Amino acid sequence: MSTKEPEAMTLETFTQGLWKDNPVFVMLLGLCPTLAVTNSAMNALAMGLATTFVLIASGFLVSLLRNVIPKQVRIASYIIIIATFVTMADYGIKAISLDLYKALGAFIQLIVVNCIILGRAEAYASKQTPVKSMINGAGMGFGFTLALLSLGVVREILGSGTLFGIQIMPDRFQTWSVFVLPPGGFFVLAGWLMLFTWLRERKSKQEAL
Amino acid sequence: MDPNSPTFIFLNAFLINNFVLAMFLGLCPFLGVSGKIKTAGNMGLAVTFVMLVSSICAFGLNILLTRYDLEFLRLISYIAVIASAVQLVEMAVKRFSPALFRALGIFLPLITTNCAILGLALFQTAREYTFVQSLAFALGAGAGFTLALLLMAGLREKLDLADVPSVARGAALSLMIAGLLSLAFMGFAGLGG
Amino acid sequence: MSAGTSSSKLVITLGGIAVFSGVLLALTYEITKPMIAKNESEALEAAVFEVLPGAVARENFRLDDTGLRKVEEGSTEEPNLYAGINEAGERVGFALPGEARGYADVVRVLYGYNPENKQVVGLQVLSSNETPGLGDRIEKDPAFQENFTALDASLAHEIETVKNGEKTEPWQIDGISGATVSSKAIGKALRLSTNEWVPKLNAALEAGE
Repeated sequence: MSTKEPEAMTLETFTQGLWKDNPVFVMLLGLCPTLAVTNSAMNALAMGLATTFVLIASGFLVSLLRNVIPKQVRIASYIIIIATFVTMADYGIKAISLDLYKALGAFIQLIVVNCIILGRAEAYASKQTPVKSMINGAGMGFGFTLALLSLGVVREILGSGTLFGIQIMPDRFQTWSVFVLPPGGFFVLAGWLMLFTWLRERKSKQEAL
Repeated sequence: MDPNSPTFIFLNAFLINNFVLAMFLGLCPFLGVSGKIKTAGNMGLAVTFVMLVSSICAFGLNILLTRYDLEFLRLISYIAVIASAVQLVEMAVKRFSPALFRALGIFLPLITTNCAILGLALFQTAREYTFVQSLAFALGAGAGFTLALLLMAGLREKLDLADVPSVARGAALSLMIAGLLSLAFMGFAGLGG
Repeated sequence: MSAGTSSSKLVITLGGIAVFSGVLLALTYEITKPMIAKNESEALEAAVFEVLPGAVARENFRLDDTGLRKVEEGSTEEPNLYAGINEAGERVGFALPGEARGYADVVRVLYGYNPENKQVVGLQVLSSNETPGLGDRIEKDPAFQENFTALDASLAHEIETVKNGEKTEPWQIDGISGATVSSKAIGKALRLSTNEWVPKLNAALEAGE
């Protein structure tokens, strides 16, 4: 990470989104793509990276233009900027792999209405320097990718017995199809949330002792 | 049933592939506004209304964009059209039916960022629906959204009184209920076949 | 930000951002267009070769009320069926699309039709949303795929799906037990599509020769 920015460029800029303010597990933002495309680890990874790209690029541009855009039209401008990068990501994925594009379907384009991105533009990029906005965006993006992967991995292993398409469970393993189906998405996310709540509760109890 | 008939498209979006429970569209309001049955009903009404309007707009827009080979502007123009449609609807409702405006009022601005609306426009384009099919799709999606919201609100009103383990309170519990509802809705597969 | 943002400034800013987005998108579109076209053509080619054993090249055709016409690459006309050409340069058959209502959603297939012996010679499921582990066996189950190596499509009898193990006639499809609705959907897709297209295709071929 470049640390040439004179002030307040800390590791926190990047890690904020990874754990403390993880967009999915802590802030419960962007749930539509989180649940819809995580039936396999590969889809989860592609979706996470596409979102990260949009977060970084839009963070940079919004921050660059933060003194040019009048307050009254800022939301409209942000949405245009975000939609531009989302369309670019959409064409990019289509050019790289048609199969992946088919699996993700319209959800790539739905990144536009992912509250994480507009939220970052409004709350962070519109006030900070371009480099910091990019790093913060990258952190948020990786936090989002991590969350998507943790759902995708669990759902793929239990639901299809594979990981990134490679068979890892023994042949006699009876796959739990429900996990690759829509209900599985809800259940796995609920499971992760409970785990994190439990960890937090245990930690605060230990601190209290 | 013919897969292209408006009846099937309606049923499909309403029950079989319910917008919220099977396609995960519009989850934010689904988890946020489903505390009370009455608010849930009003929200559902508002969303259905906006869906219908933006479905019609998106249909017309797509014809224009395809004619002038400007498909790469689709996403931007859909978003712009939905945002202005919401504004227009808000103004029209305020002017002509103050009672309805009081019921829908605070929900209308929220709807702009509801991914179910943009999702509807994108899916109807991707599936190359005709005008009538698009209308059936919008109505089905709106009805499906309302139904899911009402069911969820009903369950949550009951659960307010239940004694839930502390780790499962809040979002985790809502998600588990949603999972069970989604499981139940899978039973609609094969309907009308 | 300077004080007093006039409405002309708002319009200019928004307009500027919109123009910038437009240029960026047009550029992305132009760069990715050939790559996407190549991917799509390869995916289609792979599907055509899959359903027409022996095919190594593809020709695009359009069949409508005016007859059968060859569609050249780059033409504005949409082809609606494809011919497979083998190594000797002979036409081995046509690939046609079909669709029918499955269990959860519409099932779309591409199948190979050989006009010489009036048989369906191969089938691939293009898209389906059937239950994993049950209905989705129509996509990969080798015993089920056997049905489509020489399925009678002379239309003396309509194609139909029968219960698993009860196939006695060449125009019958042996269903998968536990995936009855999905196997029936395949049968229906073939029946509807052959009833509609095969007579037209045969008439056009006879008229052409």
